[in-house]
Amino acid sequence: MKWITAWRRRPWAGYAVVLAALAIIGVAYAGASPRTDSAQASDTKTSEQDVAKGKALFSQACSSCHGMNAEGTKSAPSLIGVGAASVDFQVGTGRMPAMNPGAQIPRKKPIFNEQQTEELAAYIASLGGGPAVPSADQVDPSHADAALGGRLFRANCAQCHNFAGSGGALTGGKFAPSLDKATPKQIYEAMISGPQAMPVFNDTTVTPAQKRAIIAYVTQTRSEPNPGGNGLGRVGPVAEGLAGWLVGIGLMVVAAMWITARKPKKKHND
Amino acid sequence: MTDNNETNGAPSDEEGRAPKRVIGTPPPPPTHDLLPDDTGGAEGTGGYQLDEKKARAAERAAGAFFVLTFVAGIAFIVFYAVWPGHVGNINRATSSNYALGISLTLAFLGLAVGMTIWVRHLMTSKEIIQERHELSSPPEDRQVFNEYFQQGVQESGITQRRFLRRTLLLASAPLGLLPLVLLRDLGPLPEKKLRHTAWKNGTRLVVDGTGQPLKASDFNSPGGIITVVPEGAQNNLDDIAKAAVLLINLPPDQMKVKKGRENWHVGGIVAYSKICTHVGCPAALYEQTTHHILCPCHQSTFDALDSAKVIFGPAARPLPQLPIGVNSEGYLVATSDFHEPIGPSFWERGKSKV
Repeated sequence: MKWITAWRRRPWAGYAVVLAALAIIGVAYAGASPRTDSAQASDTKTSEQDVAKGKALFSQACSSCHGMNAEGTKSAPSLIGVGAASVDFQVGTGRMPAMNPGAQIPRKKPIFNEQQTEELAAYIASLGGGPAVPSADQVDPSHADAALGGRLFRANCAQCHNFAGSGGALTGGKFAPSLDKATPKQIYEAMISGPQAMPVFNDTTVTPAQKRAIIAYVTQTRSEPNPGGNGLGRVGPVAEGLAGWLVGIGLMVVAAMWITARKPKKKHND
Repeated sequence: MTDNNETNGAPSDEEGRAPKRVIGTPPPPPTHDLLPDDTGGAEGTGGYQLDEKKARAAERAAGAFFVLTFVAGIAFIVFYAVWPGHVGNINRATSSNYALGISLTLAFLGLAVGMTIWVRHLMTSKEIIQERHELSSPPEDRQVFNEYFQQGVQESGITQRRFLRRTLLLASAPLGLLPLVLLRDLGPLPEKKLRHTAWKNGTRLVVDGTGQPLKASDFNSPGGIITVVPEGAQNNLDDIAKAAVLLINLPPDQMKVKKGRENWHVGGIVAYSKICTHVGCPAALYEQTTHHILCPCHQSTFDALDSAKVIFGPAARPLPQLPIGVNSEGYLVATSDFHEPIGPSFWERGKSKV
């Protein structure tokens, strides 16, 4: 450990420690902040064949938790009546099949491809109705009223998902995920099926046109610039305070050290 | 005498070496040990000699930073005057903010960095240490003050003249109470406003944001929520601020209905005030798996199944429940106002209804 002792006595050791701390914080933040990549499935008609294939997939990948006939077990809920929309959301966002059951199943790379997802959805829908996968037209935000969507979003969604859809914490390790990666179809499916802890917004309470407006608000907010500077993940004052305290004060400490550091030795007058 | 104290023929002091002090200059250090004893240097000049080559380099560096400040200052003025951010769309505002912020930052940073380089590499002043004086006054000062004070007490006669002393105290007492009286009259009292909302018997529940009324048969999905406001008040922010309600569709078989509230829900559809009883944040983070309502400000958690009982956090009371029913057309309506004041506590809250 002698080298540490030797190094920390160097004149630049203080700067190095502060800069290293800033770099670590920066890297940790970049790792924690969400990236954007997405996949979207197209919708096609279901058939008896799909149902049979879906049942085969289900018994391989899902039945250990959800039961051989999707009737549910102690560790997972029944899937009878949840509908194709729910399956398309859960499997299409990679949440299902879940690898480690925990407080919340996170989004991950989908395990099944679009075709397999459709087959699974067809099988679950055949067990007892439930909301269907929305059509491409139903989730098209291009002609929707984003202002109306914003009013509905701020009254009913922003409490958990944040005003800009950045997500937030819930109780007991659960969280409302960021909406950055969600496709319009997945947003619609989440509203209609209420995945995990999320409540349900059915079509008679929030009409399909209003859902499309909410999708328009979410997708348009995503591409809005941040005229006030860096958005810092758009999670509000916490990130801003953290950046101000750690980065801002860190830089000031470096500056103070530079200003007050002992001057290099100079020749004496006599 | 030496050339150190030749000024205006002042008589040389006993020590012979100390220069005459000018008012406002710091006192000389108590010992000479702290300073390098360089009597050869002329007064006012530093004790160090600069390496002229390095000094030139430092001068150029500091000067470069001052030039940067000049350029950035001009750039700020140009950006502000010629290319303002309020013209055009939001992207222009973003770019304008960046241009103004970066140029102003560079201007101040260049000035600061240039000055620091100047101080660190070009100034030749000696280090001077000024000792702090003792915090307490010297004993003789305190003694003198004490004597003056006692003398004043004697001369005023306040110790002998008892009537004078008592009437003086009496005179000051109402003056001390004056602010309390004035505070009491600040602003109008809220009176009934804290106890009543816009909900009345028969008021339909309409969706906040769209104003559409809801039928019980529309709001039929288990695990559903929606924010509703009283019909007719949906555009009055003052009313909504008190009357906002979170409508939740609960499983009726899991509900623990409080006595007297059997008719307050419609087949598991319950209505709770959206305003937290702690400090009034919108408590609406509803988890349909646990049926908990969480307040985002201080993590107060309410159990929606059990009359919004507080199960965690600083809130003191359950969220007030709005009694709801169905009218003849099947729409969800309030059957009365809230039975208690909504939102955070206030002093007169516990008093009987105004």
